[in-house]
Amino acid sequence: MSGAADLVIETAGLTKRLGGRDVVNGIDLAVPRGSVFGFLGPNGSGKTTTIRILLGLASATSGDVRVLGESIPRALQEVLPRVGALVEGPGFYPFLSGTANLLRLDAADRYVSPSTRRQRVETALERVGLSQAAGKKVGRYSLGMKQRLGIANALLTHRDLIVLDEPTNGLDPQGTREVRHLVRSLTEEGTTVFVSSHLLTEVEQICSHAAVLSAGSLVAQGSLDELRRSGEPRIRVTTPDVPQTHDVLRRLGTTPDDDGATPGAHSVTALLPAGLAPDQVVRALVEADVRVNGFSVDQAGLEDLFVALTGEGFDVVQ
Amino acid sequence: MSSSTTAAAPRKSAGGRFLASELSVLFRRRRTWALLAALAAIPVLIAVAVRLSSGPSPGRGPAFLDQVSQNGLFVAVVATIVAIPLFLPLTVGVVAGDTVAGEASTGTLRYLLMSPVARGRLLAVKYVGAVVFCLAATFTVAIVGTLMGALLFPVGPVTLLSGTSIGVPEALLRIALVCLYVTLSLLGLCAVGLFMSTLTDVPVGAMAATVVASVVSQVVGQLPQLEWIHPWLLTQYWLGFADLLRDPIVWDSFAANALLQAGYVVVFGALAYGRFSTKDVLA
Repeated sequence: MSGAADLVIETAGLTKRLGGRDVVNGIDLAVPRGSVFGFLGPNGSGKTTTIRILLGLASATSGDVRVLGESIPRALQEVLPRVGALVEGPGFYPFLSGTANLLRLDAADRYVSPSTRRQRVETALERVGLSQAAGKKVGRYSLGMKQRLGIANALLTHRDLIVLDEPTNGLDPQGTREVRHLVRSLTEEGTTVFVSSHLLTEVEQICSHAAVLSAGSLVAQGSLDELRRSGEPRIRVTTPDVPQTHDVLRRLGTTPDDDGATPGAHSVTALLPAGLAPDQVVRALVEADVRVNGFSVDQAGLEDLFVALTGEGFDVVQ
Repeated sequence: MSSSTTAAAPRKSAGGRFLASELSVLFRRRRTWALLAALAAIPVLIAVAVRLSSGPSPGRGPAFLDQVSQNGLFVAVVATIVAIPLFLPLTVGVVAGDTVAGEASTGTLRYLLMSPVARGRLLAVKYVGAVVFCLAATFTVAIVGTLMGALLFPVGPVTLLSGTSIGVPEALLRIALVCLYVTLSLLGLCAVGLFMSTLTDVPVGAMAATVVASVVSQVVGQLPQLEWIHPWLLTQYWLGFADLLRDPIVWDSFAANALLQAGYVVVFGALAYGRFSTKDVLA
C-alpha cells in the first residue's frame, strides 16, 4: 500500500461476513486527507458496518484497514484518540446531564489533558448550540438534541479525522444547516470529515469526495466532479412551443422526459443527444421555428448516478 | 490560539480517572441508591420487629435473632445473615449483570471503546466498580443495623462463640471483618455477572442469569447427593464467617473462601475477556 501519507482511510478488499452473507464485500476505500468524504448508500448497504470496522468496534472477516496511516485494529489505541466519531446514533446515559455525559466520555480518554476538560466540554457544547441545555438530563433531550450532543462528543478535542454516521438524523432544517456549517469549519481546521448518509442532497452540498455503496459493494468512488462527469449531460429548453420541441428532439435521437407534454408546460428536458454538441441542438430547434427562450446544459445530478448505481425505490437490499 | 497542539497534552495518563468516573456514574444512578435502600430496609425491619414483639423467641428465626433484644449490635449480624442468601446476590447481580450489557443497551459502550478505552481496561474498571458496590452493599446492611440496634436496644460487650467477651469497639471491628468476608464471598459472583454481561446487550438477561447462578449454587449446596461438588460451589463459604466471631480468630475459612473466590474470578474473568475482546460491538 503506497501513498498512505495522503490517505486518511484506506481499505483493501475489506469484507465482513455476518450470518452467512457478505454485508461488506471487498471494498477498497481511499479517503484523501483534508477531504469531506461522503459515504453514500441506501439503508442496509453496509455503511455502518464498514464504519464499525474502521473504528475497531467490529472485526473484518478479511481485508486490510489503515486509518491515519496505521493498521487497524493493531494500532487502534494510538489511532482512536485522533478520531472523533458519531456512529449509529448518539449513545448517552439518560440519567446524566449533557455536560456530565461528555465529562464521562472525556475522562475515559487517557490522551487528553484533564485540566482543560471542563473548558473543552463547554466549547464543544457551544459549537453544536447546546449550551442552554447542557445541565438538563439527556433523558429529557429530543432526538435532535441527542444528535447534537453526539456531534459535540466527536469535537471534544482536536481530531485529525471525524466520522459522522448519518449526522443529520433527527435534525430540523436549521440543525441540518448548522451541521453543514460545522463540517465546513472543521475542514478549515485541517480535519478530514467522513460523512455517511443515505441522503444524496446532503452529500452533494457538503462533500468534496464521495463513494457509493450498494449491497455491500463499492460501486463508485472519487471527487464529486469525477462522479458527476461519469453521468450523462442533460439539456433543458425553455419554450412556448413544447410539442414542436418534442418532435425536434425525437428526430435528433433523444426522448424528452415528459413525453405526455403536460399542458401549460414551458420547458422540456432530455438527455443531450449522443454525438451532438449543445449548439447543434439549438440550431436544429431554431431551424424548425421553435421559439427558444432559454437553453441550458446540466451535468447529470448525482441523483441520477445514485439511482443508476443503487436502484430506485424503498427496497432495502437483502 | 487553538488549544489543539496535541504535543502539550500528556501522552497517556494513569487509568485512575476512568475508574473515578465509573464510580461517580454508578453512585449517581438512582437505581444504585434504590438497591442500597432496599438492603438498608432489612436491618430496619428486623430491629423494629424485635422491638415491637414481646421478648425473645429462642430457637426460631435466623441465628443470633434471640440476642438482639439484649444487645443491639446483633442487629447488624442478623441482618447480614438474612441478606446473604438472596438480597445481596440480587443487588450484586443487578449491578454486575449491568456492567457491560447496560453500556451496550444505552449505546455508551461504543463511545467508551472509541474514547478510547481498551477492552481489557474497560472490563477491569467495570469489575472494580461492581466490587465497590459489593462493599457498599454489605457495609450498608451492617452500618444501618448497628445504628438501628443502638437506637432501639441496649449496646454492650459481646460474648463471642468461644465464650470470651469483647468490648463494643472490638465488636464493631469484628462486624467490619464480617462485612469484608461477605464482600470477599461476592467477588466470584461479580465475575460471573461480568461474564454474563458480555454475552448479551440486554442487561436484564445478564442480571437474571447472575442471580440464577447464585440460587442454583445454593440449591446444589443443599443436596447431600451432590456432596462431591460442594467444595467447588460459588456459595460454599457464604455463611462461613462464624470463625471470625471466635477468640482468637480462626482464619481457615477466610483463606479457603478467598482461594475459591479467586478461582472464580480468574476463570470467569478470563471467560469474560475471551468473549469481550473479540466481540463485535453492534449495539
